[in-house]
Amino acid sequence: MMTDKVNDLQTSLTTEEKREIRFLIEEFNTAYARVLDAQKIEEWPDFFEEDASYTVIPRENFDEDLPVALVWCEGKSMMRDRASAIRSTMVFAPRYLRHIISNVFVIGRDKEGYIFSESNYLVMETLMEDSTRIFQTGVYFDKFCQNKGQLSLKSRQCVYDSLLIPNDMVFPV
Amino acid sequence: MLDQGSNPNLVWPAEGLTHIPDWVYTSEENFKKEREKIFLGNCWNFVALDAEFPEPGSYKRSYVGDIPVIVSRDQDGKINVFENRCAHRGVEFCRELRGKADQFICPYHQWTYGLTGDLIAVPFRRGERGKGGMPADFDMSKHNPKKFNVANRHGVIFASASETIEPLEDYLGPETCEHFDAVFKKGKLKILGYYRNRLNGNWKLYHENLKDPYHATLLHVFLATFKLMVAGQKSAMITDATGRHATAASARDEDLELGEDIAGEMKGAWRDDMKLEDTKFMNYVDEFDSPWTVTMQTIWPNLIVQRELNTLGIRHIVPRGPHALDMYWTMFGYESDDQEMLNHRMRQGNLMGPSGYLGVDDNEAIRFLQEGLRRSFSDRGIVKLDPNNEGNTDTLISEASIRAMYRHYRETMGL
Repeated sequence: MMTDKVNDLQTSLTTEEKREIRFLIEEFNTAYARVLDAQKIEEWPDFFEEDASYTVIPRENFDEDLPVALVWCEGKSMMRDRASAIRSTMVFAPRYLRHIISNVFVIGRDKEGYIFSESNYLVMETLMEDSTRIFQTGVYFDKFCQNKGQLSLKSRQCVYDSLLIPNDMVFPV
Repeated sequence: MLDQGSNPNLVWPAEGLTHIPDWVYTSEENFKKEREKIFLGNCWNFVALDAEFPEPGSYKRSYVGDIPVIVSRDQDGKINVFENRCAHRGVEFCRELRGKADQFICPYHQWTYGLTGDLIAVPFRRGERGKGGMPADFDMSKHNPKKFNVANRHGVIFASASETIEPLEDYLGPETCEHFDAVFKKGKLKILGYYRNRLNGNWKLYHENLKDPYHATLLHVFLATFKLMVAGQKSAMITDATGRHATAASARDEDLELGEDIAGEMKGAWRDDMKLEDTKFMNYVDEFDSPWTVTMQTIWPNLIVQRELNTLGIRHIVPRGPHALDMYWTMFGYESDDQEMLNHRMRQGNLMGPSGYLGVDDNEAIRFLQEGLRRSFSDRGIVKLDPNNEGNTDTLISEASIRAMYRHYRETMGL
């Protein structure tokens, strides 16, 4: 149902091409998760194109075509601002976060060369004196640019199932 | 005193309103009393926005206090609020968050309710082939779910269990209505979306947080650094005569020069080195008939109306026992918004909510506070700031509105 929202795709990729792209996305997501797990928040915008968008949207809004997002970044500058707000201004208890990104599904490539894909994500959160808990599960709807073999995000829309957020969400997912 | 949750004495400290005993936040017994005396007592509880029910049959799940209810628009266009509980065995039968229906059918034995909440069908009421069935004198009209009284002010819907409650306008009072109407009378609302989070704190702490402007200048480094709110700027805490509702109002002044005295007190809440690359999300479009750029209203017992610059929303407080509350946010703009205004509201949404530059700070602080109250050896907190006022004040360095709320609370609870 969710993939229906991506239109006008040229999906005639060969199985081999799909495998190759899938491998690149897996590598990309692993690096992405590694940066977020280490809370190197200043490096997080580097995964995006300068004019990229990044949003985190509850699934109830996504399903009803409502725009409200927890995080709404238009352009890398807003991502860098979020990173410095987290680092310099936001007050929160220390925590560990662990990102598992899997089930990469390559949808296809459009006429302009952008690659569309989906991945499931799972974020585990550990507060210092509490047990580890599932913080959020959801899907990334991604649009990638490919330059000389390297991927970078043109947009990442994180649609989360875990509607009732435990307390708050400090870091991007 | 340790372990107040199971052994509270429920007696207010002799010092009066300047001291708040921990058990008001931690006691199960006190929480049960709040349900009866406040949420099901003489109160108008927020339940929904009229714009969520575009046509007959539109419905949503909601809560009065912590009691699940259904809000629905019936065939006559009227809004109904009734308990989400089957009259038969007690099943909470409506499971979808929102939707459209002709009737509600309990899945367990298919007892069926109309859009007004009336019980309209009981399968096998007369039994099968002369056997079983309900007693002959079973009267469906005597087995409706509990229905609530409903009031609507400019598209904001409230419900009350009380038969004797005053009209909504009188309940809110003129001070609250003035700032409430600036948001809701302006135009037809357009629902932009939802989010929800669980805070591990007592529900009253959320009211207190917004009646405590002192914290805004100190906890929220983002607010201070970007002069969205600093001590010395024009502000007011406008509290109604009963003390239960308040409007925290402030007027942004980008040219405000902080005196050295204020800058000194706020130095811990200041990041001189912090710069933003893209500040357009903090712009203010002057769209309201109000001298204030920000009004945050706490409407007793379960509603926050947020007008933070151009990001608009309501927060519905659903208490979950003494130690937690769920916050249901409904964000909105106006039908008249163009695409650029809509995008502006979305960008500005980064300030608030469960991942907002300001929202995170409050949620974390409230959790830290509940943990302190719940686990410590001491047994009370102090709210002494601005001692010459109780309720209204024009300084941010004040707890006058918190004391007014607890005056009302003690009267209502008989404490």
